[in-house]
Formats: sequence, C-alpha cells, structure tokens
Amino acid sequence: MNDESGRDSGRIRIRVMDYFAQQFINGVSLGAIYGLIAIGYTMVYGIIGMINFAHGEIYMIGAFIALMVVVAFGISEGGLVVLALLSALLVSMALTSLYGWVLERVAYRPLRGTQRLAALISAIGMSIALQNYVQLTQGARVKTLPPIIRGGFEFQFGNTEFIVRLSTLQILIVVVTLALMAIFALLIAKTALGRAQRACQQDQSMAALLGVNVDRTISLTFVMGAALASVAGLMVTLYYGVIDFFVGFIAGVKAFTAAVLGGIGSIPGAMLGGLLIGLTEAMWSGYFSIEYKDVATFSILVIVLIFLPTGILGTPEVEKV
Amino acid sequence: MNSPHAASLRDAALVAGIAGILAFPFVGLLLTTEGTAPTLSTRFPEFAGAVVVIFFGRLGVSAARRGQGLLPLVLGLAMAVGGALSLVVEATGLGASGAAAWHAFVPGTFLSTVACAGGIAIAGLAGRNYLMQDRKPAERTPLPMGQLLLWLGIALAGFAILLPLLPGVDRRLIDVATLVLTYVMLGWGLNIVVGLAGLLDLGYVAFYAVGAYSYALLSVTFGWSFWVCLPVAGTLAALFGILLGFPVLRLRGDYLAIVTLGFGEMIRIILLNWYDFTNGPDGITNIGRPSFFGLPFKSEPEQGTESFHTFFGVTYDPVHRLIFMYYLILALAFVTNAFTLRIRRLPIGRAWEALREDEIACRSLGVNPRNTKLSAFAIGAMFAGFAGSFFATRQGFVSPESFTFIESAILVAIVVLGGMGSQIGVAVAAIILVGLPEYFRELQEYRMLAFGMGMVLIMLWRPGGLLTHREPTIRTRPAPA
Amino acid sequence: MNPPTLLSVEHLTMRFGGLIAVDDVSFSVEQGAIHALIGPNGAGKTTVFNCLTGFYKPSVGRITLHSPESRTPFLLEQMDDYRIVREAKVVRTFQNIRTFPKMSVLENLMVAQHNHLMRASGWTFLGLIGAPSFRHAEAESVERAEYWIGRTGLADYADTEAGALPYGEQRRLEIARAMCCDPVLLCLDEPAAGLNPSETEELSELIGYIRDHHHISVLLIEHDMSMVMGVSDHIVVLDYGQKIAEGAPEAVRNDPAVVQAYLGSDDEDEAGERADSTP
Repeated sequence: MNDESGRDSGRIRIRVMDYFAQQFINGVSLGAIYGLIAIGYTMVYGIIGMINFAHGEIYMIGAFIALMVVVAFGISEGGLVVLALLSALLVSMALTSLYGWVLERVAYRPLRGTQRLAALISAIGMSIALQNYVQLTQGARVKTLPPIIRGGFEFQFGNTEFIVRLSTLQILIVVVTLALMAIFALLIAKTALGRAQRACQQDQSMAALLGVNVDRTISLTFVMGAALASVAGLMVTLYYGVIDFFVGFIAGVKAFTAAVLGGIGSIPGAMLGGLLIGLTEAMWSGYFSIEYKDVATFSILVIVLIFLPTGILGTPEVEKV
Repeated sequence: MNSPHAASLRDAALVAGIAGILAFPFVGLLLTTEGTAPTLSTRFPEFAGAVVVIFFGRLGVSAARRGQGLLPLVLGLAMAVGGALSLVVEATGLGASGAAAWHAFVPGTFLSTVACAGGIAIAGLAGRNYLMQDRKPAERTPLPMGQLLLWLGIALAGFAILLPLLPGVDRRLIDVATLVLTYVMLGWGLNIVVGLAGLLDLGYVAFYAVGAYSYALLSVTFGWSFWVCLPVAGTLAALFGILLGFPVLRLRGDYLAIVTLGFGEMIRIILLNWYDFTNGPDGITNIGRPSFFGLPFKSEPEQGTESFHTFFGVTYDPVHRLIFMYYLILALAFVTNAFTLRIRRLPIGRAWEALREDEIACRSLGVNPRNTKLSAFAIGAMFAGFAGSFFATRQGFVSPESFTFIESAILVAIVVLGGMGSQIGVAVAAIILVGLPEYFRELQEYRMLAFGMGMVLIMLWRPGGLLTHREPTIRTRPAPA
Repeated sequence: MNPPTLLSVEHLTMRFGGLIAVDDVSFSVEQGAIHALIGPNGAGKTTVFNCLTGFYKPSVGRITLHSPESRTPFLLEQMDDYRIVREAKVVRTFQNIRTFPKMSVLENLMVAQHNHLMRASGWTFLGLIGAPSFRHAEAESVERAEYWIGRTGLADYADTEAGALPYGEQRRLEIARAMCCDPVLLCLDEPAAGLNPSETEELSELIGYIRDHHHISVLLIEHDMSMVMGVSDHIVVLDYGQKIAEGAPEAVRNDPAVVQAYLGSDDEDEAGERADSTP
C-alpha cells in the first residue's frame, strides 16, 4: 500500500509542521484500517492461541466483495453513492463473515487439540489457497476504482503555500472505525457473548463445564473478526482505489504487528497498535524512504517481541512450570 | 424420513448451499476494471456447475464415510468421467464456439479438474468400502517400519543415481529432477530447524537468498570459482542465521514463525532496493558456471584450454552440463542427508529433538536452550546457503523474485507434510509438491491453489504428516528384525 | 554434630503482582538427607521449587548451595535454570510429568547427560568424525542410563517411546532422568501423585536407596503423608506461603499449627477455596 495521497507538491517549499500534519493525517487513516484488521488477529489469538494466518486473505476477500457491490451499483456521483456504499458494507460484512465462519469450521476446528503447528500450517495453506482462488477466478491484474467520495477540508498554516488536506474519506474512515470500536468494546464488556468470550480466553474446559458453548463462541469470534476485516477492506478500496489478490498478505502481517505491538488479546491494544503502525509507516515514508517502509514495520515487530513481548496493553504471562 | 440417505442429502444440500453463497461473487461474477468503466459480468454456467459438483461431491464423501460402497462409487466415477470429458472438450476447443459463457477459461477448467480429481478420490474411497464390505477388518500386524523405510530410502537413492542413464529420460525430466532435488536439499536443511528442533521458520528462503547472492556477487566481482564460493556462501548464510536467530530464538512457536517471516521479507526488500550492491529488481546476470574439476562445459574452449567434451573425446552436447548439474545437486543433497542422519545420533541432535518435545524439561536437564536452538538455526541456514549457491550457478542469474515468502511456505509444507523429522518423508513430499506440479506444466495455474488446499487437507487427514515413524537414535539392543 | 549444610534458603519471597506466593521462608537442607516440603494446596511449595531451580527469579532472598564438588558456594537465585543443573547440579522433576514423549526411554536419559556428552563429542566436531574418545564416552553414558533404567524397573521399556509408558513408569522415568544428570541435590515435585500404594512403597525405597547408596540429598514435595513421614529425615511445613513448622517427622506431626493448617480451625474452612491459587 502506498500513502502518497497527500503528497502532491514537491516543488513548493515545505514547512516542517505542515508536512508533519499531513503525514499525521495520512498515518491516522491508515492506522485505523490496520487496527480494524488487527482486532481479528487479536481476538482469535486471545481465544484459541493461534495466529489466524489467513485473516489477511479474509480482509482481501472483503475488499473484493465490497468493490463488486460498488461496481454493481454503477458509479456515479449522485445520490446512489450512499446507497451503494451502505449495501457494499452490509453485503461484504455478511459474506466475509461467512467466509470467516467456514474457515474456522473447515480448517481449524478439526485440528483443535492436536499439535500447535498443525493448525498454523493449515492456516498458511488456507491463506495460499484463498489467494490463488481469487487470482484464478478474478484474474491477477489489479482492480481499480475511481474515487467516489471527494471533497474535504484544506488548511493553510500561516502564509506558506503548502496545503494540508483532510479529505472527507479520511474523516469517514476514522469515524467509522471509532464507532465500530465503541460497539465492539460494548459488545465484549456487556453482552453474554462477550462474557463467554472472556471466559473461553481464560480457560476453555472450565467455561465448557459452566455451560458456555465453546464452539459457538469461537465461531462467533471468527465471524466478528472477519466482519471488521471486511469493513477495513471496503475502506481500503475507497481510499486507495486499487486492490488485487495479494493485498491481504502484507496488510495481514502489518495488522498482526499492530496486534502484537498493542498487546495481543487486547482490543484497545489492537487499535492503538494499528494507529502506531500506521503513523510509523506514514512518517517513515514521508521522511525516509518509501521503499523501506515495510522493513520499518517488520523491525518494529521484532523489537517489540524482543523487548516488550506482552505489548503495550497486554497482560504479562507467567510461564507455567 | 430419517434414513441415512435423507440425512446425506440434507447435509449435501446444506454444504452446497453455503459453498454456493461463498463462491457466488468469485465464481459467478467477474469483475473487470480495465478500459473505460468497471464492469461486472456473470458466469452463471460455471457457478451452477460448481454448486452441482460440490453437492454431489459432498454426497459422495458422506456416503463413503458412512461405509456405503455402491452409491458413492457410481457417483465418484460419474464425476471423474464428467470432469475428464469437459476438460477434454475445453482443451480441444470443441466447446469454445458455442458457449460464450465459457469465455473465462480459467474457472471452467478449474471446475472440471476439481470434479475429475474429487471423483477419483470418492471412487477410490468408496471402492475400498465396496470391496471390504463383507470382510472382517484384517488382522493388522505392525509393519517393521524402520526396515521398510530404510529399503524405500535405498531404492529412492538408487533410482536418483541411475535416473539420467535410464532410457526415455529427456532434458525436461532432468531439469525437473534437478529442481526437485534442490527442494529436497532445502527441505532436508529446513528439517533440521523445523523437524528436529521444532522451530517454525517461515523465512528460510532468506538464507537461500544469502547463499545465492553470495555466490553471485563473489563470482561476478572476483571471478571466484564455484568450489571456492560454496563454503563461503554456506558460512555467510550460517552467520546470517546466527545474527537473525540470536535475538528471536527465545520466542514461542508462532511468534517465531511471524518474526522469521518478517526477516525473510526484509532480506528480500533489501535485495530489491539496495541497487548499488544487488542491482535491485534486475538481478545479477552472467554468474559463473561450475566446471567439472577444472573442465568447463563450453562448446568452443579458448585456445590452449581443454573443455569437458574435448578432454573426454566426446562430441559436445549441452545435456552434459545438465547431467553434471543434476549429479552436483544430488551429491549436495546426499551430503545434507548424511550429515543430518549422523548429527541426529549425536548429543546435539538429541538435544534438538528434546527441545522440540519439551523446552522446560530440557532446561531442567541443563540443556542451554539458546545455544542449542542457535546451532540448529545456523546449520539449517548453512545448507540453505549451499543450495542457494547451487541455484545461482544453475540459473546463471539471480533476482529477488526467486526468494519470496511462497518459497518458504512451500519448504515448510514439504517438511511438515513429510512428517516432521522424517528424511524420506521430506523427499517424498518434495516429489509430490514440487515435482508433480512442475512436470504437469499445463496445470500450472492451479498449482498453488491445489498446493494450499493440499496443505490443509493433509493436515486434517494426518496432523502429524505423511510418515510419522521415528526410529530411536540409540538402542540398548539391536532393533528387532 | 550435625552433617554439613548443603542448601540454605534465606528470606525467600516471591510475589506475582499483588499475590505473595512465598513469604519470607528460610530453611536448610543437610547433606545426605531427605527433606520434605509439605503444606496444603496453594501453600507455595512448587513456587519454592521453581525459585530453587531457576525457573522463577525470587523477588527477595538468597539461595546458597554449598556443593561438595565445588569450593565456592553457588548463589542459585542469580543463575539461569540450565546453569543451575549444569554447574550447581540441583536437578528437579515436575509435578505434571514432562518427559520427551516421542523419544525412547534411553534417549530421554541420554539427553540428561547432554553437557557431559557435548564436551566428549568436542562440541559435535569429534562426534561427526566418529572419534574413539567420543564413542567411549557415549558407551559409558549408555551404561549409566542402563543402570538407572534397571534401578527404576524400566528395563522392559528401554527402547519404548516415553509417551507410551504407563503413568507410574513415566514418573519413575523422570527420576531416572534426573539421576542421570548426576545431581548433588534432587528435588522431587510430588513424585507419588497418582501412584497406587504398592508403587508408592517402591518409590519410597528408591528415594531411600538414592540417599543411602549415592549419598545424594533429596528435597521432596509430597501430599502422601504416610510416605512423607516414612521416608523423610526432616520436614518443613508451609501454609499461605509462610513456614509454620519445621522439624523431625514426629515433631511436625504433633505440631498444633500443622494440624490446624491441614484440618482447618472451626471458624475457617478454606481448604476448597485455596485449591487453585498456586501459580
């Protein structure tokens, strides 16, 4: 993914603060997207202790379905845009959730309780299979979407010519993400499902003994993670206007990094991690080099895992002997 | 109605329904965004075909699972024949004229292939049920697996040695065999890390890249020969292994997997962008070819020098070099295998396996986990470095494109499918996963899809891998014959 | 005259967040004796073990080992777990059995001699070329392993996967494996858990044999009181992370504080609640 949408004026003398503000805005929008994907990783890891390697592909599938719905509506800048986007959101969430549910059902559930690596290998297999399934059926070329949400605000600090842009889309991304975050936080804190989830996180067999339907809880965790990932998919499609079958891989790794950075198992942590990763990437591309931005992310992953293995908001884990 | 048939039907309908919903956007629709306006076209025939195939496939599988013989046998055969027929129709272009709906060639072919393969599988499963129906389960005596595997290994090795001399073996087959052997060698190297030490390394390709680039750069810059570069490349890769492994090897299984994946990608990105050093995406060309103990494989040797064919007095044939390459990688692979078999019986090898089984118990017995893991990581990396050198010299060209994550995933799949730690398992898995798809180029497009699904299916079928037999490294008394 | 002190634990305290699992515990272990550490569930016994063997770093306290094999004492609280085994030779077993399930019994015991064999194999290089000195060392190690296989009654299982062994045999395998590390102090964490009375009887004999014939000190956590009383020379009682009594078996048995800890006084009955507070 690139984040050059706000960098359009190389020839103008750039004042430090303005440029920083622009990169900050870009970083926050990107971070919101990573955060939404990261929630899926963090919830699944929290509950069954595995890295859902195919989660990036779930996000990619969400993006494809969303794009298909938008295209099906025909793109005009009339009043249909709102309807198209709402349908895209709902259809994509529903179908992608089903993908998440089936994924768990088919590839992970039968392997629960066998050796740890088996489930991870199965997840990697699923990731490869889904990628190639989409490539085979939809072709390897990138799919593009012209911008359909335009407009925004422009700021000018002092009398420099550098303009900081904050697009409507960026606002939308952050608002939707915050709203979803709030809903999910409430869901986890207040509902029976949330309680069941937290119980399974602590001790699955005990939860089962107390009448929690563990299988259903795990399934729903996958469904929720997939739904959020599909929202991220829709937003990426609108934001960059370019997707292909391979977008899930790198976004997946970054979102996973975000989950680890925030503290795996913690939902606010995933958001915070996403934000930090998004900002790092935007700042790194803005001030150093775009080519090495992925290296920067991977370095963060390594550094966090070595020095802060529980992440920022994670709970420390005592080794059981 | 509560007969098993009704239950099977309901189940198949449910599965086909869900699969239909899932497949609709991808199989039933085609998104095109090239040209003026993005369009969404439909592909209903394929979609309907897919749902039907899934319905009957599921029906066949569940009937076969219930132990029924005849119904799934017929179903399976019908599917296989139908799939094969439509493959033929498409391949020969017979159906192309009439049906515009089949314009998207790929899903149609894919569907036929799935129907064909699924049908054969179901027919096989059901056929077994059918034949076994009236018999009691045979008294199964445990096979002497150790002996059996030993003989299988010897047979495979013998076959590999004789392969280029067999009649009917052409350049293409030798080429494919060389490639398979490269993966066998890499698989054996990775087996030390994943199979023996239990460290899931998803970035193994990084060391392969280090080996390949070391050789390429040394050969192009200094003109060093292959035989000098080989140990240098191995050492450099091992050093990289220590360097990367040192900070991260205490991480738990899947964290380690992600971090190593990150390292693999980092190395690739650096190779891609460090233009001055690696020539970026263009790669390095004109890498020196190895010589046969000083005799190059050239059609016209320079004045005063001998080349392979002049020295042996045979006519020049480019296949000589191919065969030499084949034997070179075979020898390298054998060395890797011999090394692994030997080191397994040494204290370090046993400590690796113990670490895989239970790290805490290892620590309670005084085994230094970090050094032990690091040694496995470094030795595994060294073999990847050797294989990388070989890769560079065979291709004569290296570029970052050859070292993507998918290579690492293939290698991990080879090791895990083989049955972690089993040397023969790795060889068999490499032949299945690399050799077959490579030889059947026509199916190239499905290769990775089948590959991913195969990984899942084999894990579901045998979570421990294909060959799980493990021979103790030391016995109090000789093994029972 | 008391026998020399082998291990002294002073003011050992271990906190997990707000929970104090072990609170200012001091005791010592004499050379060539069997000491037992008893107490109700959740009293902090295994935590003491984990501190002794380096799996936890104690929050406060000093653990000193006066090894007969070394002139300078070892400060165990400062050493990594594997170094405690390698250098100080304090070896432990686990409450929940930890064998190497896919490796044979003999291989399990060979792993226990890892450090010795690594040196003998010249850090693998001599081993790779098959040097006679390594072969000799390996044969010796096999002999030692076979001795303990025989001693623990595992002769029929020597080449069997450890994971396929019956439960009682797995427990004995862990002891045999620990003995192959050549310990000066053997720490056994509930070795009789899950054993039937006759197996427990054999286990007591084995522990006594280890003390008498190999002159190795044993520190034992155990719930089976008849076994503890029969085999121990000295008993330390923990409750709520604190030492509440110490002494010879007879004295401890009659100590009112111990009786109260185990049976509970009239107004508090918490035996059930505390069952799962062990970290």
